[in-house]
Amino acid sequence: MVKISLAVSADGIPPYTALLRWTGWVPHLVPSWDSYALVLGDPFYARALLLSLKVAGISTLVCLLMGYPMALAIAQASVRWRNALLLAVMLPFWTGFLMRINAWIGLLQDDGWVNAGLAALGLGAHRLIYTDFAMYLGMVYTYLPFMVLPLYARLTQMDPVLLEAAADLGAPPWRVFLRVTLPLSLPGVWAGVLLVFIPAVGEYVIPELLGGPQAQLVGRVLWEEFFSNRDWPTASALAVVLLMVLLILPAGLWRLTRQATS
Amino acid sequence: MTRSRALIVWLIVVYAFLYAPIGFLVAFSFNATRLVTAWSGFSFRWYGVLARDQQLIDATWLSLRIAATSATLALIVGTLAGYALARFGSFRSRPAFAAAVAAPLVLPEVITGLSLLLLFVALEQAVGWPAGRGATTVTLAHASVSVAYVAVVVRARLTDAGTTLEEAAMDLYAAPWAAFARVTLPLTAPALAAGWLLAFTLSLDDVVVASFTSGPGASTLPMVVFSMTRLGVTPEIYALATVIVAVVTVMLLGVARLQANGQR
Repeated sequence: MVKISLAVSADGIPPYTALLRWTGWVPHLVPSWDSYALVLGDPFYARALLLSLKVAGISTLVCLLMGYPMALAIAQASVRWRNALLLAVMLPFWTGFLMRINAWIGLLQDDGWVNAGLAALGLGAHRLIYTDFAMYLGMVYTYLPFMVLPLYARLTQMDPVLLEAAADLGAPPWRVFLRVTLPLSLPGVWAGVLLVFIPAVGEYVIPELLGGPQAQLVGRVLWEEFFSNRDWPTASALAVVLLMVLLILPAGLWRLTRQATS
Repeated sequence: MTRSRALIVWLIVVYAFLYAPIGFLVAFSFNATRLVTAWSGFSFRWYGVLARDQQLIDATWLSLRIAATSATLALIVGTLAGYALARFGSFRSRPAFAAAVAAPLVLPEVITGLSLLLLFVALEQAVGWPAGRGATTVTLAHASVSVAYVAVVVRARLTDAGTTLEEAAMDLYAAPWAAFARVTLPLTAPALAAGWLLAFTLSLDDVVVASFTSGPGASTLPMVVFSMTRLGVTPEIYALATVIVAVVTVMLLGVARLQANGQR
């Protein structure tokens, strides 16, 4: 991929030029930085990247806020219930991702059931499908299990004796949660955040099918460059830049939180 | 107590959120008209349309074939990778190897798809294989992504199981390969089954990697569904989804039955 991103788009199949050129027996590397200049120079790509980070960030946050109480509830359930509840989180997976997105497209239509429900509640009809709201909904719906599973795994590993000790020492429940449960579950939070955030940044299908034309996320831009414009070098350069951002960003965040806590 | 009651209410709300779309999908697959918004009577019409849709049927068979082959490939490679990570101690390239095995778990699909395609194209230029793109390249791509999932599951199982039984076997003069075949493999069997199934479903569900690595004439089921969805949602897709839900439910019940029998 790095190799192609340094090549120039050329006609024919495959649509790029050779990176190595042979003069007699001596190979010459002939990189072209044009694609990188385009991707880094054109604000269109930077906007797509920033928008993707924003969408993925908000989706991750919503997943965390929805998933944490859920994982906590499952972890507190009796052992017999736990497996059934956990299976129920994973079950929608098996029905096919595109199928579930399809169901939402039907539900969110202008004359669909969600709007009918809103009207019945006296909230009036809204445009839902092909909006940012629909896109966020699809993101949260798809990625929620990826947040719940690592959180649950971490929360069940916790020693209940610690919670009892805190309660015995007179801590009210919310304090036990803030001072004991939450700090101990932080590794699970991190795992969940990474499992949701990183794939969400490059998501293509959800913004394409549920979001409107304004939702030009980086996955969509990359897809367009590749399939519609047949511009493999630009698509590759964009992919390399995205990969770099995804490698650097979590490491930076990790550093920041480490500094903040120490 | 009030706190956990609030948690249970929340649990019900989220499960409703997770399952309402699936219920909706099943209900409207029986709709009499082509609308997916207004109910107009019960009918099997869309199942008939589905049964006659040759493009969808071909795509389904292709997808099942790709999923089974790639899951089997991923199982073999992933088991070896998981075994290496769980048992070989700390070899020199271990951190890099562990990171390389785990990376596809989180990498955005567009990156995975694009880089695999470019790899296939470069390979074709260099050694002439795989010639062109189609079912073979999709199978290889899915296998390479699924290796990560199989490796993680197998590694976890091996780490849990510990080495005591293997050591006992070798103390009883079992050759290392015999210890692996007679002790390690049976111990990891549930993980192997889970890993294969995971790889199989991932392959059946994937549209992005398949779109990048496939060629003309080889459209997998998700690719066909995706292009149908772009043109508009019909109850035919819902009928297909309902068939999938039914098959999955039957399979899960079967597995649960087998497990219950095995425990008795």
